Amino acid sequence: MTTLEEGWRQLHPRTVVVTVLTVAGILAGVAIPIIIGVLDDGDAILPILLIAIAGIVVVSAVAAFVDTMRYRHTTYRVTDERIELRYSWVLHKRRSVPRERVRTVDLTANPLQRVFGLAKVKIGTGQQTRDSGSHLTLDPVDKAVAEELRRLLLHREAAPSVEQTPGELAKLDWRWIRFAPISVTTPILGAAAFGAIMQVSEWFNAQGAVFRLVRYLFEDLSAVGLVGALVVIGVVVGIVGSLGLFVEMWFRYRLTREDGNLLMTRGLLNTRSLTLEQRRLRGVELVEGLGVRMLGAARVDVVATGMSQKSDDDKTDPKTVLPAAPFEVARRVATEVLGSPAATATSLVAHPRAARARRLRWGLFAVAVPVGVLAVLGWLLTTVLLHLAWILAVVLTPVAVLLALEAYRNLGHGLASDHLVTRHGVGARRTVALLRTGVIGWTITRSPFQRRAGLMTIHATTAANKGAYPVYDIDEVDGLRFADEAVPGLLTPFLEPVTPRGEDGLVCDGVDPEGNVFQLRQRDAL
Amino acid sequence: MEQQVRLRPPTNKVDPRAVRYWMTSEALSNGVVAIVLAVLAFLIEPARFWLLLALGVVLVIAIPYIIVMPLWRYRVHRWEVTDDAVYTRTGWLWQEWRIAPMSRIQTVDTARGPLEQAFRLSSVTVTTASAAGPIKIKGLDHELAADLVERLTEVTQANKGDAT
Repeated sequence: MTTLEEGWRQLHPRTVVVTVLTVAGILAGVAIPIIIGVLDDGDAILPILLIAIAGIVVVSAVAAFVDTMRYRHTTYRVTDERIELRYSWVLHKRRSVPRERVRTVDLTANPLQRVFGLAKVKIGTGQQTRDSGSHLTLDPVDKAVAEELRRLLLHREAAPSVEQTPGELAKLDWRWIRFAPISVTTPILGAAAFGAIMQVSEWFNAQGAVFRLVRYLFEDLSAVGLVGALVVIGVVVGIVGSLGLFVEMWFRYRLTREDGNLLMTRGLLNTRSLTLEQRRLRGVELVEGLGVRMLGAARVDVVATGMSQKSDDDKTDPKTVLPAAPFEVARRVATEVLGSPAATATSLVAHPRAARARRLRWGLFAVAVPVGVLAVLGWLLTTVLLHLAWILAVVLTPVAVLLALEAYRNLGHGLASDHLVTRHGVGARRTVALLRTGVIGWTITRSPFQRRAGLMTIHATTAANKGAYPVYDIDEVDGLRFADEAVPGLLTPFLEPVTPRGEDGLVCDGVDPEGNVFQLRQRDAL
Repeated sequence: MEQQVRLRPPTNKVDPRAVRYWMTSEALSNGVVAIVLAVLAFLIEPARFWLLLALGVVLVIAIPYIIVMPLWRYRVHRWEVTDDAVYTRTGWLWQEWRIAPMSRIQTVDTARGPLEQAFRLSSVTVTTASAAGPIKIKGLDHELAADLVERLTEVTQANKGDAT
């Protein structure tokens, strides 16, 4: 063992055990279907099994060696100014992050790491870029050391400027699990289950057997009945799957405030502990999926810088700080996270009628295209398609109209003292409260149709999350005033007054309080 | 009654050479399609009628597009750099206005493709911390673009903080 210089520390040696077990486990998982696949009737199983075991042992040994060397040659230290990570075997790497720029210290642990009391620490600066100075990972260290590092690196002497309630903001209420199956994950998981069965049975050369089994089980059913039965099974599997996913993700969920930073811990098998520095927060987003909204629930996401890059190994979205929960809980959490009730208490202004007309046109167009295609085909080929066309038109038109009206109702915008609020969405309704000082520019788009209807779409650009939050189909004059008021001064130099055009191409540039035109000029040819 | 307002166009037009550049670039990309169709029509006799029909459709759409789009775009594309902000208008049918304050600009670059070089044009890319994409000013005279980048770089280097 190399002797360590002053202050330098090593990763945890048990990483080697974890790595070997992980590699061996994955190999065994891959080997079993292959063995069953290549095995014909009458073949002796023993030689194949021995080959497989030998292979697993050799590869695991290589993994153990590599990981041992990685462990022995990786050191890190925390000085007063920087966190440094050194790696020096075959190639030399050195990474260092200034402590004052550390914005996130995220702890994750998979089940194996947890058994061995380890955790992975990812220290980030909250920058959008992926350059080497932006983050470093200690994989893994002792769990207690990880906790201590998090506390040490995120502790700030400066008192938080916003009035903040210390302690717990939210913790898991098991009744929330009822919202889990009413989301897109249910059909996705249901469909994925069928896909997985087909895939696995193909590995085992057993697809034919699966089809025979299905036919045998549902012998008495007609084709329609069979499809119905399979859909029901898919839905049930999807529901079970989304319940399971909810438990895995949100088990022991706790959202707290620590030294002014948000801290979220959660997870059943893979545990995660995520921090969000208040300085990175640019707003909150209330997301109400269609089904969840009908049950009066909402999810809360944060809008924060350094969120757009998903970490490579953590598939869960770190921006969700509250799973779908009753609206009252979501309202309280959004308010406490933001330090302001802007997201729910701001009165929103509805958008012009023209926006509703646009949505109705989109909806009817979306119906007209398939109906039209079917009608033409029916006219050319067979009357069955003609009937299908009118049935489709009768069924889909009300749905399209309802969705269009719903989309229009969901449009809204408003200003709170520190935040601008915009809402939109058909299906999932999204309400964003964005910090006005976090707006770093405007993008205004207008289609030919919007120009004719006097509408525009204004995107508030920000350094957080996906980069821009839109206000759709706002009246053009209201939109410009809204943007001008939200971020004073930015838009002002580029605005000009519009006054009715006089005769001879003369326009007046202003009107005094008595209503006298005080400046006339020739209108520019545009 | 509150005063009605609208966005005024940015002060500067792009270089007039941009029109010919856009026409050339569209003519090249559409020309390739047309030539491929023509060659195939010449070689494959059984499908000649349909290939010529496709060629006709391409030409009927592409020729007005190649003439009208660049002229229209030249009327729309404008840019302005004040002491406080970068302001652009782009597009033709679908139009986009973008405003970024100087204090939030992170990097400024110029880029020139081979065709742009032939027309002595450059485009300037202004990046902010937003993930929604940079502001691009296309079709500038290359010397003007270089001066603009220099000026913007000077201003942004004076900025403190990480522009988020």
